[in-house]
Amino acid sequence: MQTSLRVSTRSTIKRHSHRAFAACRSYAQNHTEGPAQDTSRTTHFGFKTIPESSKESLVKDVFDSVASKYDIMNDAMSLGIHRLWKDDYVSSLKPGRRGPMKCIDVAGGTGDIALRILDFAREKYADRETSVSVVDINTQMLKEGERRFKKTMYHNTPQVSFHEGNAQALSKEEFPDNAFDLYTIAFGIRNCTSIPMVLQEAYRVLKPGGTFACLEFSKVTNPLLGSVYDQYSFSVIPLLGTILAGDRESYQYLVESIRRFPSQPDFAKMIQDAGFSTGGMFEGRGGAWRDLWGGVACIHTGVKI
Amino acid sequence: MNRFLTGIPRTSCRKTNLLPVVNVATRRTVTSKPAYDGHIPLNFFENAFLAVGSAVMSLADPRRGDMIAALGETTAGPALPRLRDLMLESAEGRQILKDRPRVNSQTVDMNALARLPEGTFGQAYVTWLERCGVTPDTREPVHYIDDPELAYVMQRYRECHDFYHCICNLPVNVSSELALKFFEFVNLGLPVAGISAAFGHLRLSWPQRQRLFAEYVPWALKCGSSASSLITVYWEKRWEQDVDEMKRELGLWDPPEAKWPKPLSEAKAAAEKRAPLSSQGNGATPSA
Repeated sequence: MQTSLRVSTRSTIKRHSHRAFAACRSYAQNHTEGPAQDTSRTTHFGFKTIPESSKESLVKDVFDSVASKYDIMNDAMSLGIHRLWKDDYVSSLKPGRRGPMKCIDVAGGTGDIALRILDFAREKYADRETSVSVVDINTQMLKEGERRFKKTMYHNTPQVSFHEGNAQALSKEEFPDNAFDLYTIAFGIRNCTSIPMVLQEAYRVLKPGGTFACLEFSKVTNPLLGSVYDQYSFSVIPLLGTILAGDRESYQYLVESIRRFPSQPDFAKMIQDAGFSTGGMFEGRGGAWRDLWGGVACIHTGVKI
Repeated sequence: MNRFLTGIPRTSCRKTNLLPVVNVATRRTVTSKPAYDGHIPLNFFENAFLAVGSAVMSLADPRRGDMIAALGETTAGPALPRLRDLMLESAEGRQILKDRPRVNSQTVDMNALARLPEGTFGQAYVTWLERCGVTPDTREPVHYIDDPELAYVMQRYRECHDFYHCICNLPVNVSSELALKFFEFVNLGLPVAGISAAFGHLRLSWPQRQRLFAEYVPWALKCGSSASSLITVYWEKRWEQDVDEMKRELGLWDPPEAKWPKPLSEAKAAAEKRAPLSSQGNGATPSA
């Protein structure tokens, strides 16, 4: 028994490190492959620069790796604060206030937002017709979501459904034009290769009058908070990843990808460019975005007119 | 930097007393360049955080070998420079530091070792590997030691762990691992060995713990402290040496007989299958 423990320990580490380092290995391979692929178009992967075509698979590797411990890690990294942010996000959207809604939650693998939407509609408005389609590009994350929903009353009801799909190219059969009242994407858009394409798809699937709402990490304006936040992000989070999940690389990527995301005004401009009507270019009531915790997280909203 | 931690000249002792502490705290930042492949520079607070975190995680989930490795590296402190200096003081150790040999399935030729005569260290090692059912495949590489030479010393310690098992004739169950940790702590002085020894036994059952402290720990403390430092032994050059002679040379003797997971005859049969010509007509009796 002890010998198998020893052997499995080594192979477990290998599996973990292979999963995490596979992302970097494939990055290195792509990087040295030469001009065969479209190296003219590059994008960022954390602080690295990579060919656009490889970002999707690298991100997939990261989320395959983090899926099983995603919720625990979120709690550990944000000290549980992500729950407050998500509660704030969903309650500000008030799903179900004007009757049952058809919602689409993109990059929503583990079902955090979907569950909150359904619970809010049920508890506040006694609404059992609101439905959420959870879309994620990563099957492991979707499996975690399905597992979580099995513990709830929405399992096997038409209120929730899980779909594998790419936020940049949602399937036209499953997600036709002008189909949804609410499009949510929480902590997912920064992992997408092309944000404008995601916004275009969001515009396409929303009904006129439908709401686009994005919860994402953003730029902290207060310099004191900013430096504390930076220290915490770059020191503590990769170490938490090492300790809890045995995977430093994925969490290093997550922290770097936050820094690469556009600032609040830039992102609001991108939402406007996609055709949405947003609030003014300022923060707060009537504005296009609302900062949470000084800009650590931020909610951007827009309406399709 | 290392001089401050190991050999502060007596005359400047009072003056440089505070320097090691200050140096430790301001030594490096997160943005330092990696000194070798796989190096992850940590500052003082990150190091402390990882030390505590890996200690907790190692106890909570002993299968996380990477956490025990991290604990070893973050708590090494002055032990590694001391070991490196011990190696520098012996000719064999100096050769190891020069060659920097690695121990894994590529660098160790199992078949060649199996063909060695009975009673040699190489033969004993291969027999021990089969008896326990382990292989010298890659241990977790070193990440958190900044000096490349000290990182190698740490890596060497990790990879030689199995040799210590073999020369002390101990299997790989939890009690024997703990006995070996006691041994390593007094022989090499690494804090992680001490921490594992101090807390590892909490996972044992009461009879196991009693046996450990009654029989193995006295052996480990006596033998480990009187033997020469095993980090200076160039194991790869001693494959043909007679095991008993090696033990005499190093000042080692066997611990009380341990419970082995697989009986010796099975391992011998596997060895015979691999090298049928050399074992025929040998007539050698299996060693205990």
